[in-house]
Amino acid sequence: MQYRQAKTGKLLIDILPNKCDFCGCCVGVCPEDAIELKEAEIYIIDSRCTNCSKCIWACPIEVIKFDKEGVPEKQVNK
Amino acid sequence: MKEEYDIIVVGAGPAGTIAAQYAAKEGSSVLVLEKDRDVGYPVRCAEAINREGLEAFIKPDPKWINAEITKFGFVAPNGKKVIIDLGKVEGYMLERRIFDYELAKIASEAGAEILTRTYVNGLILEDGKVTGVKYEFRGQQMEVRAKIVIGADGVESRVGKWAGLETCVDFRDMECCFQVTAANVQCDQDTLFFYFGKEVAPEGYFWVFPKGEGTANIGLGVSGGIGKKRSALSYLNSNLEKFFPTANILTQVAGGVPSVITLEEIAAPGIMLVGDAARQVNPLSGGGISSGMIGGSIAGKLAAQSIKNNNLNYIKKYPKEWHKARGKKHKILDKLKDGIYSFTDEQFNKLIESLIKLPSKKRTIGRFFIIALANKPSLLKEIVKVFVI
Ligand SMILES: Cc1cc2nc3c(=O)[nH]c(=O)nc-3n(C[C@H](O)[C@H](O)[C@H](O)COP(=O)(O)OP(=O)(O)OC[C@H]3O[C@@H](n4cnc5c(N)ncnc54)[C@H](O)[C@@H]3O)c2cc1C
Ligand code: SF4
Ligand code: SF4
Repeated sequence: MQYRQAKTGKLLIDILPNKCDFCGCCVGVCPEDAIELKEAEIYIIDSRCTNCSKCIWACPIEVIKFDKEGVPEKQVNK
Repeated sequence: MKEEYDIIVVGAGPAGTIAAQYAAKEGSSVLVLEKDRDVGYPVRCAEAINREGLEAFIKPDPKWINAEITKFGFVAPNGKKVIIDLGKVEGYMLERRIFDYELAKIASEAGAEILTRTYVNGLILEDGKVTGVKYEFRGQQMEVRAKIVIGADGVESRVGKWAGLETCVDFRDMECCFQVTAANVQCDQDTLFFYFGKEVAPEGYFWVFPKGEGTANIGLGVSGGIGKKRSALSYLNSNLEKFFPTANILTQVAGGVPSVITLEEIAAPGIMLVGDAARQVNPLSGGGISSGMIGGSIAGKLAAQSIKNNNLNYIKKYPKEWHKARGKKHKILDKLKDGIYSFTDEQFNKLIESLIKLPSKKRTIGRFFIIALANKPSLLKEIVKVFVI
């Protein structure tokens, strides 16, 4: 299994500069068990993620975003 | 530390440590594994608990009680406020940092071992049965065996998934929260305040809970469906500006509440789920401390009994016992939640208005819901059940 500190690639979790609060909302809604959450580390398990966006919607502090090739982070006014 | 335990509990929140305590008291060997370095910290919680729910498990102690609650306050979207006086202490504000720690201490006094900074990252599965956990400790990958694993790993639970249970929360049912603890807040120290409305916290509520001496937990939850458009943090920032512009923020924290009915399956061979991991939160209020402790106590006791009787099938009783104790009620509360979430601001205003008109002695939480339901007659039948159960 490939673990990746998700800073590059199709789905981006911007934990820099220390934005993630490690609250677990994203893990609770992820249908693919694709997020690894430790005390103060977060990873996307690349091979499992389907880019469904649910983690982005559930994040209370807008930490998870797709990168440029993906979908905008919040669908404001939609 | 042994190579094998009767019971391993993953997660040292209130559900986990109560499960550990109840199992250890019945004579089982118990190990609790917690990923964080401290039990009870960070506090992802508004820290309110109802009196009965607390006192069923532990005698209130000023060491971890910040305020005694005798009133509820509801604030309508138009700013009108109504206070419901409960007449006596019906709830407490906890200091969970100390409370959770105390529960862990009691579990350890009952004989459970607790290991922090231990990240569980897999299960040992044999013949379709859970027989232990894999974990990371000080950079090393390790394993420990158990007859029964209790998953008490909170909203971010993965233990159930690994055992093949369906635990994923629909993002629309996840209450995505952000909370600050702030000083310089003018609020009554005996009242829990709930604010409603599309501006304030759509599909959720904004809370101001007293924490003693001019401090309060101020936070909100919005559903993931709302979070799709605007985050909890953004709502909270505007609420703080509007209602508490002079508050000094001491701590801030994000969190999630799985506001759903309990999972269909909370037990399988060698595994039980408790607390937020089992989705045992009261889906209407989002309160999960007392219901998690109830789930934990039932599971801990049954797990120990099955070990004692050398019959692991005993744990099959767990879903039924939980359903009887709380699960049934949660189904009704969940329907109420759906009803109230669909309220327009106008309906909220009308509801609070009709409560204000009542003499204060006649204002009760029950009446709050009854009036709420007068707007939604289809739910009336359900609410009656809540009061009958
Ligand atoms: C903002 C907010 C406000 C709330 N307000 C209230 C309130 O006022 N009243 C109320 O009753 N409830 C409230 N709740 C809900 C309440 O906090 C939870 O229901 C309660 O903490 C659940 O207890 P638990 O033991 O199931 O899980 P938790 O307390 O979440 O404990 C789970 C533990 O498991 C650990 N863990 C997770 N994964 C692993 C792993 N892989 N390995 C090892 N350890 C792991 C975690 O670190 C954590 O310590 C609130 C929740 C939030 C988010
Ligand atoms: S929901 Fe957001 S803040 Fe919470 S753990 Fe996931 S990425 Fe971090
Ligand atoms: S995009 Fe979907 S599958 Fe990928 S991590 Fe987020 S929730 Fe999981």
